[in-house]
Amino acid sequence: MPKEHIEEYLEAIYDIAGREGTAKTTEIAERLKNAPASVTEVFQRMKQKGLVRYESHKGVSLTAKGYKAATKMKRKHRLLEVFLNKMLHLPHEKIHEQACKMEHVLTDETEIALCKTLKGPTECPHGSPIPPCDLEVKNCQECLSEQNVMLEKRDKDIIAITSLKLDEKAKIAFVRGGGGVMQRLCDLGLTNGTEVSLVRTAPLHGPIEICVRGCKLVIGRGIAEKIFVQKT
Amino acid sequence: MKVDLVVALAGNANVGKSSIFNQLTGLGQIVGNWPGKTVEKAEGVLLHHGKHIKIIDLPGIYSLSTYSQEEIVSREYIALEHPDVVVNVVDATALERNLFFTLQLLEMGTPLVIALNLVDVAKKKGITINEEKLQKLLNAPVVPTIATKGIGVHEIVDAVIEQTTKRSSATKSTIRYGPEIETRIEKLERVLTGVNIGYPLRWTAIKLLEGDSEIVNKVGEKHSDVIVAANILAGEISQIHKEPCSTVIASERYAVAARIVKEVQTFKESEKSSMGERLESLSMHSVWGYALMFTIMLSILMFMSLFGGWLSETLRNLFESVNPHITGLWPDLAWNGGIVGFYATLSVALGFILPFYLILGVLEDSGYLPKIAYLMDRPCHTIGLHGKACIPLLLGFGCNVPACVGCRIMETKRDRLITVFLSTMVPCSARTVVILGLVGAYVGVQWAIALYVVDFMLIFVIGKILNRLLPGVSVGIIMEMPPYRLPSGKVVAKQAWNRFKPFLITALPLIIIGSIVVEAMRITNVLSLVSTGLSPVTVVWLGLPAFTGFLFIFGVIRKEAALVLLTTAAGTSDIRAVMSPVQMIVFALVIMIYVPCVATIAALIRETGWKNAALISLSEIGLAVLLGGIAFRLLSLFM
Repeated sequence: MPKEHIEEYLEAIYDIAGREGTAKTTEIAERLKNAPASVTEVFQRMKQKGLVRYESHKGVSLTAKGYKAATKMKRKHRLLEVFLNKMLHLPHEKIHEQACKMEHVLTDETEIALCKTLKGPTECPHGSPIPPCDLEVKNCQECLSEQNVMLEKRDKDIIAITSLKLDEKAKIAFVRGGGGVMQRLCDLGLTNGTEVSLVRTAPLHGPIEICVRGCKLVIGRGIAEKIFVQKT
Repeated sequence: MKVDLVVALAGNANVGKSSIFNQLTGLGQIVGNWPGKTVEKAEGVLLHHGKHIKIIDLPGIYSLSTYSQEEIVSREYIALEHPDVVVNVVDATALERNLFFTLQLLEMGTPLVIALNLVDVAKKKGITINEEKLQKLLNAPVVPTIATKGIGVHEIVDAVIEQTTKRSSATKSTIRYGPEIETRIEKLERVLTGVNIGYPLRWTAIKLLEGDSEIVNKVGEKHSDVIVAANILAGEISQIHKEPCSTVIASERYAVAARIVKEVQTFKESEKSSMGERLESLSMHSVWGYALMFTIMLSILMFMSLFGGWLSETLRNLFESVNPHITGLWPDLAWNGGIVGFYATLSVALGFILPFYLILGVLEDSGYLPKIAYLMDRPCHTIGLHGKACIPLLLGFGCNVPACVGCRIMETKRDRLITVFLSTMVPCSARTVVILGLVGAYVGVQWAIALYVVDFMLIFVIGKILNRLLPGVSVGIIMEMPPYRLPSGKVVAKQAWNRFKPFLITALPLIIIGSIVVEAMRITNVLSLVSTGLSPVTVVWLGLPAFTGFLFIFGVIRKEAALVLLTTAAGTSDIRAVMSPVQMIVFALVIMIYVPCVATIAALIRETGWKNAALISLSEIGLAVLLGGIAFRLLSLFM
């Protein structure tokens, strides 16, 4: 089975089920315009590779490995979209399809080079967030300023602070974004390695409340999505 | 007057600086439980053992790497005006975050007294702080205080005086960074010798390494070579730490703060969730939080409408029962102008304005306002703002002037301008008087509420339009969430009185005089002359009685006057006899939006400049006239 095929499936499950949800076979079949029978066959193979959990009546969900691979594809896809739109000035409606084809042949090295050239974009032209890279960096400035140093890969997974469960604790690992906001977060005590916990989130992508160094802070969703943490 | 000492109060937002200021000076700075109340510095004088001590209350500041406008006020004052002593007010419940700023003050070499405030709240939370140890570690006197009760406040002054007498002998303790940073600070200090921008040398060097834009600009004006050197050194530091230099320095400061806290603080976790925490969960809940917010808002409106209506009716009956009914020029002037003006103003003041300020005080002091900012953050994004904008907008319900000034808590110029514009659209207590006192009392509460709904929709639409016209995106909310506390009756009452006093002193006489003038103009027919001039707009387009023309002009000075003078201008105390329900609604609608009052226009000019102030005022006049005419035609169809 070609690599692209599985990658397309990973992305489809990611879009429908997300990190922890479950997608129905029919939903995936509809999205990829494939027959349900062939879809189940692919699921079986993906299960063998440890990418998904699959039971014929419950549907399909991503394993940690599958989720990682899926975010990687999403990252490449959305970076390519930014590239096609911002650098090559292709219209919005054309970039998705093109990126869909290009993402499968993009090496990790090219992905990093692309991210640097595009100055570390945070969202694709359609407004969806671009997942962060898996390099051992604390923020984007560091990566952007050091052109020659080859950065090591991160050994642990990081997630956006907004994906924590309520009352879950984690350590600040990586803050993305402009100097002013980053400095302010730092001044309020969100320095690297600081323990934080998620207190509550407002509905409809509203702000979140976190607890840091004994204080409660409300942070808008846009900023919070750029704060990445490592679970302790 | 000779001033012996200048003392500045500085510290994080919402730690009690203004409370201490009020205790020391007896003045009435606005206090409350939300960050960002104080946006301008305030001054007062204290006489202590024969010494005149000037006290400066500064806006809250989290870091000398400033972020919003009011923080710059504080930084410039501390760094450039050189107060004799800075009293750093510190929140004992959040010592680590507060010490981050204290360490920066020490770094500047400012003579310091630490006021360890909220020790009572900390105790309840199970936090005890060893003050003597803290004093030793920081090498500055530490005074425990409970500002709201005035405990420890005078000990602060004693410590300040002591600090000034022994200042020369005090050795300055500053934090030492790692050697890789220290050597670079020293190098930069050497480059900086001879460059004087008014700030201390070491501090300037650190700020340059941090890339602080203000300091970089100030130094860079004349010494661009220094900036180049600073950039190289900062680059070296970030190379070592794989982090920008500014966050490296911040992290080190926090490490020092954490170390101090570990030494001086003991913490016993209290297991049970307190009443405040349960209230917090309820009022910030995804469903109940919003339900509670709407219920609170609606009940405030309902209560004020009913209470205010009842009180003005009672006062009118009371005064009319002693009306001697003498006719003639002078008795008419005295009764219809003076007495009617007096009791109408009184009912406005006691029925609407004072109760509202009391309610606002309770909301402020309990800590509910930041909850609204949290709940409304998402809705605010649809008009290109973030949740903090709700705070000045809510203050606007009291008076638009502090609301305009309060917009300084918005971080960018664009957000500030949009919020200022919208805050002038919020029906202030004076407009509430007209809406509730006229429409609510004579047409029905549901119509008064409908007017509010129209106003909120207008605010939303204008927000949308401004968001389109002014390019840029809001940075997003970053705000401290204070815990709830039981509002203090004394503080609420004092605050309401401080806000109410200007009304009594300036508005009351003005309205009574205005009332007499209008009565005189009515008797001499000058009123009809003025009103005829405006009648193409008032009578033909808006469908209002001719005498309202003059009221719109007078309303620019004080909007509540429009209601009071309505009775005088109409020549009767029963408005129902001269105005139909539709006319009352249209009148209130136009008063609600037609132009900010003079005091607000003055604030607009100060906050946004002449051009924007004129634009805002003119567009609101146009909008009011347009909507008033449409409302008149629509309502006439079925009322």
